[in-house]
Amino acid sequence: VSASDAIQVSFTLNGRSVTVEAPASERLLDTLRYRLGLTGTKEGCGEGECGACTVHMDGLPVNSCLVPTFQARGCRVETIEQVPAADLTPMLATGATQCGACTPGVVMTAWWIRQNPSALEGHSMRALMAGNLCRCTGYDGIMDGIHAWLRSTVSKEGR
Amino acid sequence: MHRLEGLAKLTGAERYIDDEPMPAGCLWGMTVRSPVARGRIKGLRLDPAIDWRQFVVVDSRDIPGPNETYLIENDQPVLAPLGGESRHMHEAVALIAHVDREMVRRAVAAVTVEVDPLPAALDYRKPPAPDQLQRGPDNLLKQLLIAKGDVGAALAQADAVIVEGIYETGAQEHVYIENQGMMAWIEDGPAGDVLVVKGSMQCPYYVLNALRHALGRDESRVRVVQSATGGGFGGKEDYPSTLALHAALLALKACRPVKIIYDRGEDMAATTKRHPSRVCHRTAVSLDGKLLAQDIDVLLDGGAYVTLSPVVLSRGIIHAAGPYYCPNVRIVGRAVLTNHVPYGAFRGFGAPQTQFAMERHMDVIASRLDIDPIELRRRNLLRDGQTTSTGQIIKGGTNRIALLDRAVKTADVENKSQEHAAFNAAHPYLRRGVGVSAVLHGAGFTGNGEVYLKSRLDVQGLADGRVEVLAASTEMGQGTTTIFTQIAAEELGYDISEIAIAVPDTSRVPNSGPTVASRTAMVVGGLIRTACSELRQRLGLPPNTRGPEVKDAIISWHKNNLGEVLKAGAKYTPPPDVVWDEKTYKGDAYATFSYAACVAEVEVDLRTAAVRVTDFVTVNEIGRVLNPTLAAGQVQGGVVQAIGWALMEECRFKDGGMVNNQLTNYIIPTSDDVPPVRVEFMEGTGVKGVGELPMDGPAPAILNAVAAAIGLKAQPAEIPLLPEKLLPLITQEATA
Repeated sequence: VSASDAIQVSFTLNGRSVTVEAPASERLLDTLRYRLGLTGTKEGCGEGECGACTVHMDGLPVNSCLVPTFQARGCRVETIEQVPAADLTPMLATGATQCGACTPGVVMTAWWIRQNPSALEGHSMRALMAGNLCRCTGYDGIMDGIHAWLRSTVSKEGR
Repeated sequence: MHRLEGLAKLTGAERYIDDEPMPAGCLWGMTVRSPVARGRIKGLRLDPAIDWRQFVVVDSRDIPGPNETYLIENDQPVLAPLGGESRHMHEAVALIAHVDREMVRRAVAAVTVEVDPLPAALDYRKPPAPDQLQRGPDNLLKQLLIAKGDVGAALAQADAVIVEGIYETGAQEHVYIENQGMMAWIEDGPAGDVLVVKGSMQCPYYVLNALRHALGRDESRVRVVQSATGGGFGGKEDYPSTLALHAALLALKACRPVKIIYDRGEDMAATTKRHPSRVCHRTAVSLDGKLLAQDIDVLLDGGAYVTLSPVVLSRGIIHAAGPYYCPNVRIVGRAVLTNHVPYGAFRGFGAPQTQFAMERHMDVIASRLDIDPIELRRRNLLRDGQTTSTGQIIKGGTNRIALLDRAVKTADVENKSQEHAAFNAAHPYLRRGVGVSAVLHGAGFTGNGEVYLKSRLDVQGLADGRVEVLAASTEMGQGTTTIFTQIAAEELGYDISEIAIAVPDTSRVPNSGPTVASRTAMVVGGLIRTACSELRQRLGLPPNTRGPEVKDAIISWHKNNLGEVLKAGAKYTPPPDVVWDEKTYKGDAYATFSYAACVAEVEVDLRTAAVRVTDFVTVNEIGRVLNPTLAAGQVQGGVVQAIGWALMEECRFKDGGMVNNQLTNYIIPTSDDVPPVRVEFMEGTGVKGVGELPMDGPAPAILNAVAAAIGLKAQPAEIPLLPEKLLPLITQEATA
């Protein structure tokens, strides 16, 4: 199989089975955005530094710009489109979003922290969020927002 | 009030230009760029292994009008002219489009720009060699002078202490998280085909004017629409005009829609950055710390074309003497051409560079006179009734000394200094210190800029009684949509749900000026109030009529005037008492200033020379705070961007081209690199700007803190203060 040959990949996306035909070299980010129309996931740097393209793969936050789509075969993939809007009002109140380009990635990492609060036992929130670059907020609004989200009780499972 | 489009952003529903569906037949466009710092372009060699009939290729010969990007001097070509000169690495030479993005990438790689290299001017601090001259006898882009009093006499005064210093700042990349992107297509219109351009931008009318000029189209056949914009910071002030022209040229030649989306590497290599600067201070002070004379020389690297450098220089020199009173001031400002990507607008627009120098210099003066740096500032901060370097009489009632004192108190500087002294004496390799800064920022365009802009704005009464604000001002994350809604709702006594903000679309909205210079809330917000009054008048309502009465009047108007449009407009009128002479650079440079005082606390590791900011306090006077959450967010974001500028962000160049054009090795602050930023506002009157002010104070406060931490013999004077720059100063301190 060469990089440009199309291959077939099936995975579970936001709870539904999907099958795509894509070049072997295609990034999961592009498959989600351009083939499946899920444009909530953003590209910021294309090399795994900024975290704007964060999605969950089998329950772990990953940079979808670094994941070849074939690697998602058989996996459970969740994107920003799966996060209930009602959950996010605490982040709205604290000014967690300004321009919004980093925001879906920020929310996906925060969502993972919410599902895995024990991560905060060994790491600070600032350390856990360091993989999501934001150029607008200076991070205070994001930190306050995630803490508020963790305290809120709305749909703890997030779906 | 919460950010109106906030939930759409949090859920990922907001559509940026790359999220827009591709229209049928849409092509991907990409750019072929110059491989040299400067050279004469002989031509393009297309690899014969590729079937070029599948591609649309555009070069400078395809430009219908003048090959000029419309701005201040129009000296920047849209595409480097074949047969002419390319002035910087990565300058656009040709454009290629194809329906398959991967095919375009391959095609771009298969084009060789054939070029005869020419000697390039790369160091703005060195006078150009004769063969490096590209503009006039000295490559000067702009020179400006401010003169107040008699500097020469004051410097010669026998009892004056003379303190000198040279301060340098580096280029800074904006790193808006959404890269630049643009779409162009052609629609049928009543007067012929209409070119539509939609994308990420701050200034739709800049783009419109650039398209009209280079494409030779009149306004009725060009339409510019802003899409959701993922950050700007000045980086989307003028560059989108270039990108819009590129997308438009491809679309016009292909007769199909074209989309160009930069990736991060291309965005960082090809777009504007903050001007590097060198500022030299020569100051006469009295023994008790009064500024007697300031002789300041400001030099900016302008890059390869004029673009916005004259106005960046202008704002830079006007802010160069800081928020202090000094009877004798001479400021010479020069921006020079080098063969780098043109430096452009970046949050603060020259003022952060010159105030970095001023505020670092104040601490150097304090150290020379053995006066506490806070006390030195108190003695010199402007009092109402005193004049700035341009002779502007300061008024407005802001107590700048109280502002500084409040920051010092909140940060608990007195106790911290004592704790640090004990800590530093005891610790083998960590050193702690605090530093302060006091800054000002002129709100709105400089001098007569707002007069020339002639900003206009409309409000429209809709059939259901709601009111729509029609303005070209853009939301890019700073909160325009929310603030405009608040202002209109407040003015009309409406609920926020009864106000609509029009998408900036030049076919619908009047030119309310560019979204830059911290002018939107103050200047354009004022126009909303005027237009709302005008609307009441059109409806025959008495002034101050509010809420349901206005709404009912709009609904009845529509019943009586079926199908007609109910609009009221406002035009900018300058405040009557603001007088500026742009020939002599004297008078009121700005209608008003915002002020800030900052306190930074740092910890320096003497082993690695790494600096960490451990606390940051800033007190700001921005007039009336319209929305506390948005205002605090502006300040916190600006402070963190300034921490990056001060300590981390270094653009590395080779042959004038950025070589660390990726986020792997151009380092911006993460959440774990910065402390919580503690923001306070000191209530003032009127509405001023907040967007840029927070960029001015942090860098000098941080370096002042570093100097306090490591000992005052070594005075860091250059940013970014990377460990490799700080290490020699630490060594020097240890051996001194």
